[in-house]
Amino acid sequence: MTGPQNDADVKTAVDAPTRRVTGIGRVLIAVYGLLALAATGRSFVQIAESFADAPLSYSLSALAAVVYIVATIALVRSGRGWYRVAWITIGFELLGVLVIGTLSLVDPALFQHKTVWSVFGRGYGFVPLVLPLLGMWWLARRAPGRA
Amino acid sequence: MIEWFTWAQVAVAVGGGLLCIALGLLGRKPTDLSMGAAALVELLLLAQLVVAIVAPFTGNTASGSLLEFYTYLVSALLVPVAAAIWALIERSRWSTVILGAACLAVAVMLYRMLQIWTVQGL
Repeated sequence: MTGPQNDADVKTAVDAPTRRVTGIGRVLIAVYGLLALAATGRSFVQIAESFADAPLSYSLSALAAVVYIVATIALVRSGRGWYRVAWITIGFELLGVLVIGTLSLVDPALFQHKTVWSVFGRGYGFVPLVLPLLGMWWLARRAPGRA
Repeated sequence: MIEWFTWAQVAVAVGGGLLCIALGLLGRKPTDLSMGAAALVELLLLAQLVVAIVAPFTGNTASGSLLEFYTYLVSALLVPVAAAIWALIERSRWSTVILGAACLAVAVMLYRMLQIWTVQGL
């Protein structure tokens, strides 16, 4: 009785640090999934109802939505390829929120219609600004050698 | 949309969300309590769907975009289900936190739905 149980205990102890990181990572992935859902839903409504009003903003919304979906998938999957995809998509998101966020403040006329990235994602409680940073932190911690 | 019902629903979703996040951070794996909270949120969403379908026939119509309203409602319906499936697959305390996050997300979506239904031009 004690044999397997001890093995399990030892294994748990050894795995513990990594498992905790993956654990928090799970929550991060879930939040990414939520944001992907939110961005997809919003861009679906924008495009279905009034695409002609603001093709630039709404195309950008759709692009953002696709990138969030890909980022979510990349975070779930393991392997070097997906790891790289995760970095690219999350980097793209950070770039997007910084560039569009700044532009929407400097030249509001350019983005009169809201995108997920306007004013650094204020419409989404600044989650779009914070999430890429958390994502990068998590990716850096589980570099391919360790993953 | 029935305003008091929606507010009650938001309260349940926020309460359930905070409860699940607290339980998760305390290290609890998903239990009947946390799964039940998410199930209750889902059940109320189904009731909301029925209300949304019936309400226009009683003269209680949406002031905003119905398409946007239903996009929120359908998305919201998916969220607790996805979190619950996750909790069944991976029985860790983080799944409990995710159940809580799902409930809170539903609360925010309900608030947006109420805005779409009642006040426009925000």
